[in-house]
Amino acid sequence: MKRLFALVAATLLVSSAFAIDEGKRFDDPELQARYEKLISEVRCLQCQNQSIKDSNVTLAADLRREIARMIDEGQTDEQIAEFLVVRYGEFALYRPRTTGKTLLLWIFPFLLVLLGGYALARVVKHRMSLPIDDDITQEGQ
Amino acid sequence: MNRFVWPLVAVAALLVFLVMGLKHGDPRALPSPFIGKPAPQFELPTLKNPEVTIGTATMAGDYALVNVWATWCVMCRAEHPFLLELAAQKAIPIYGINWRDSRLEAMRWLDDLGDPYLASAYDEDGRVGIDWGVYGAPETFLVDPQGTVIYKHLGPLDRVIWQREFESRINSGGPAK
Amino acid sequence: MIPEIGQFALILALALAVCQTVLPLVGAHRGNTAMMGVGRTAATGHFVFVAIAFACLTYAFLTDDFSVLYVANHSQLALPTLYKVSAVWGAHEGSLLLWILVLAAWTIAVAYFNADLPDAYSARVIGVLGFLSVGFLLFALLTSNPFDRLIPAAADGGDLNPLLQDPGLAIHPPLLYIGYVGFSVAFAFAIAAMISGDLDQKWARWTRPWTTVAWLFLTLGIALGSWWAYYELGWGGWWFWDAVENASFMPWLIGTALIHSLAVTEKRGLFKSWTLLLAISAFSLSLLGTFLVRSGIIVSVHAFATDPTRGFFILTFLAVVVIGALVLYAWRAPSLDSDAGFGLLSRETFLLLNNVLLVVAAALVLIGTLAPLVVEMMTGGKISIGPPWFNIAFLVPTLPLIVLLGMGMHTAWRTQKTASWWRLLRIPAIVSLVLGVVIPLFIYGRISVLLVVGCAAAAWIVISSLIQPVRSLLREKGTAGIPRSALGMSVAHLGMGLFVIGVTVVSAFGIESDQALQPGESIEVGGFEFHMVGLSNVRGPNFSAIEAEIEIRRDGEFVDTIRPQKRQYLVQKSWMTEAGIRAGLDKDLFVALGDQLGQNAWSVRVQYKPLIRFIWLGALVMALGGLIAISDRRYRRSGRESEARTRAAEAAA
Repeated sequence: MKRLFALVAATLLVSSAFAIDEGKRFDDPELQARYEKLISEVRCLQCQNQSIKDSNVTLAADLRREIARMIDEGQTDEQIAEFLVVRYGEFALYRPRTTGKTLLLWIFPFLLVLLGGYALARVVKHRMSLPIDDDITQEGQ
Repeated sequence: MNRFVWPLVAVAALLVFLVMGLKHGDPRALPSPFIGKPAPQFELPTLKNPEVTIGTATMAGDYALVNVWATWCVMCRAEHPFLLELAAQKAIPIYGINWRDSRLEAMRWLDDLGDPYLASAYDEDGRVGIDWGVYGAPETFLVDPQGTVIYKHLGPLDRVIWQREFESRINSGGPAK
Repeated sequence: MIPEIGQFALILALALAVCQTVLPLVGAHRGNTAMMGVGRTAATGHFVFVAIAFACLTYAFLTDDFSVLYVANHSQLALPTLYKVSAVWGAHEGSLLLWILVLAAWTIAVAYFNADLPDAYSARVIGVLGFLSVGFLLFALLTSNPFDRLIPAAADGGDLNPLLQDPGLAIHPPLLYIGYVGFSVAFAFAIAAMISGDLDQKWARWTRPWTTVAWLFLTLGIALGSWWAYYELGWGGWWFWDAVENASFMPWLIGTALIHSLAVTEKRGLFKSWTLLLAISAFSLSLLGTFLVRSGIIVSVHAFATDPTRGFFILTFLAVVVIGALVLYAWRAPSLDSDAGFGLLSRETFLLLNNVLLVVAAALVLIGTLAPLVVEMMTGGKISIGPPWFNIAFLVPTLPLIVLLGMGMHTAWRTQKTASWWRLLRIPAIVSLVLGVVIPLFIYGRISVLLVVGCAAAAWIVISSLIQPVRSLLREKGTAGIPRSALGMSVAHLGMGLFVIGVTVVSAFGIESDQALQPGESIEVGGFEFHMVGLSNVRGPNFSAIEAEIEIRRDGEFVDTIRPQKRQYLVQKSWMTEAGIRAGLDKDLFVALGDQLGQNAWSVRVQYKPLIRFIWLGALVMALGGLIAISDRRYRRSGRESEARTRAAEAAA
């Protein structure tokens, strides 16, 4: 019980700090924007529910450094994402990539709405065919 | 089956799933993406002698434990006696990766507590740690003679885990138990 | 001694809860008035003893009784008194006791404010609520007893988690629980109706006010949690799609659908099976939420530190309750179909759309929360579903919902003539589109498709919600104004509109900047200058902190001084960030200290947050709308009186 509690407290300790980044890492605003976007979408694996942008644990700082290095070397966002996924799995990315598997994840909301819409259309069509005048009316809504 | 039974079916399925989820274990553990794949290549200076290097090449030819440790890691200290036991029994070659640590402190630590490692690599900036997908110490990898990662354990090692997860895999010769 | 009294009181409460369950249910079945009457008495006794137990636990905290394990774990001598009280519900065992107390309170409310209800029905409702109480009391006594002793007693406690040492977070659980637990009343009403087979419109009328009260408290509780996260966690975020947040949000979405569905059932006797299912689901999701948070199955910054054994207990209870309810549903629902019809353009259609979209939204949140677990169990791999997915997925059903909301409010029941409808709505629609372009462009200087859509949608809801109240204000003297329930609806929807404005503007125009700062230096963000005057050490009752004094200026003119702190709590040694915030309805200026970079240099996160307060203001207004709606005359009239009046009116017609 106490250990679990300590674990929660430690998590909270971690979650109350955030990224150092002494000023801008890149002079080029485009690169800086890319960098900030990337680090906000990579999960801090030691904390698990923060991005490495928001976290200040060693691993987060190391990963930020690596990402900055890869941007310096001219690697693309996809290559950087691949680098992380090879080492930490898909879990490292906050935003699931659009691959075959994860495509389902992204179109799923639309599928659900379409399904709901279809069911609804059937009900409305049925009700339109029934007599409209009726029974008890209450005041108000 | 009429449409009013659907919610019941869906909920029953959800409940079964949740029971399985409860039995599943620690939700924080991240499986290693390297299981069944070749261990990430590295070559680093050793802790005790920066002139000498060790790496994946050194480990080839036999089963090996790669243990990621650091002096700032409380759990590493907890598992240390067991590692010493394993080393004394010559059960398996143990290599260390000293992760994000101070060389001086690390050497002093090994002097004080004993050194179970054939050699420890000194990963000063954590690059090799990242290459191995390390995110918390201690982590222990089991690598087979061909250099494939068979298993990774997050957290301190003890006899129970060693027998259940490591020995069983060495005996069966692969990632499956 | 006192803790033992508390424990004994819980056992007595359990015994009374058993009576409260069995006797009224059996009595209703047999038509035995005496047995049915036991329900109210047993419920009263049950409440009294739970209250005694709760008082005993509170006493233990206030007197620093560290021989009670729970107190030793979550309090300490130097803890301010307010937090000693809020620590009572600050962790698993105590918050469970709070849940039990709130459930007992709702039960006696139903037992005493039920003039409308027939005896058998009322007895069944109390019986079902009793069953739920029994489950929770067993859970507490068997696995999570707050009165367990610590022998020998500790000299000082482990302190309350510093994150919880905050006035906002002190009331957050009570508000939430009044909401969650309140849905069990709607649930009990549904079960009672299904048992008796009597599912006409009266049932909907009875259920509505109770559900609305529960809903409005849940709205307040969630809004408070969001506001707290914003000022306390130091990142300036207000919603993280964290598993526990989702656990509270799902019942809210379904509860909203339920309120609307009840309206249709009450008015036209339609959607009965929908409404029943929603009533069952709202409470089931509350239970599911409890399970997710306390079983350790899901990682969350919020989760109580607890274990799988408790998880199994809750899961079993959840299974019994939900499966039982759904079996009843599968039995009764088929015979509920009515023959009433409605046209394509009708309020019924809009409310059906509302139901579908809200259910889809709740389903998406559920799937997003559980999917990582599913994938992990099936493939061993871990996938990531975080804010990037949720933010987009959630918009898919809610954006159409927002647009439809403005239309549905002004659509007549049964069938609406298109011409008059369009005549009413076309000007508001045009004005909204215009504002959608004007607001981003002229007030904030930027534009994009998403911005136009967001601002137009927000404007649309606000304008549309104001149509009826404004008409009522401008009506001729002597004519009737809109009834309270219609006013409540308009106000609640207006609140929704304010919420959407806040979210859109702060997401699109907020600025965030991480920089290093030393005393004497300044940074510029969002047109404001943030000047660090100096750093100092301060002490609180149970913490020590480094405080930065930051002066905010605009165009050289002094605006305000704020003092962000980095606190270290003495017992747990954990660090907390207290942000310095210059609050305003039009914007917040937010500064939080990050890490010490050197002797005197710190990294700071400065944020410019336009209209962020509209988010919580919107929620407040929504809750206000709910309050107005239930103050409607027809809920205040006693049941017998209104029955007589209706009968007289029918006879005269």
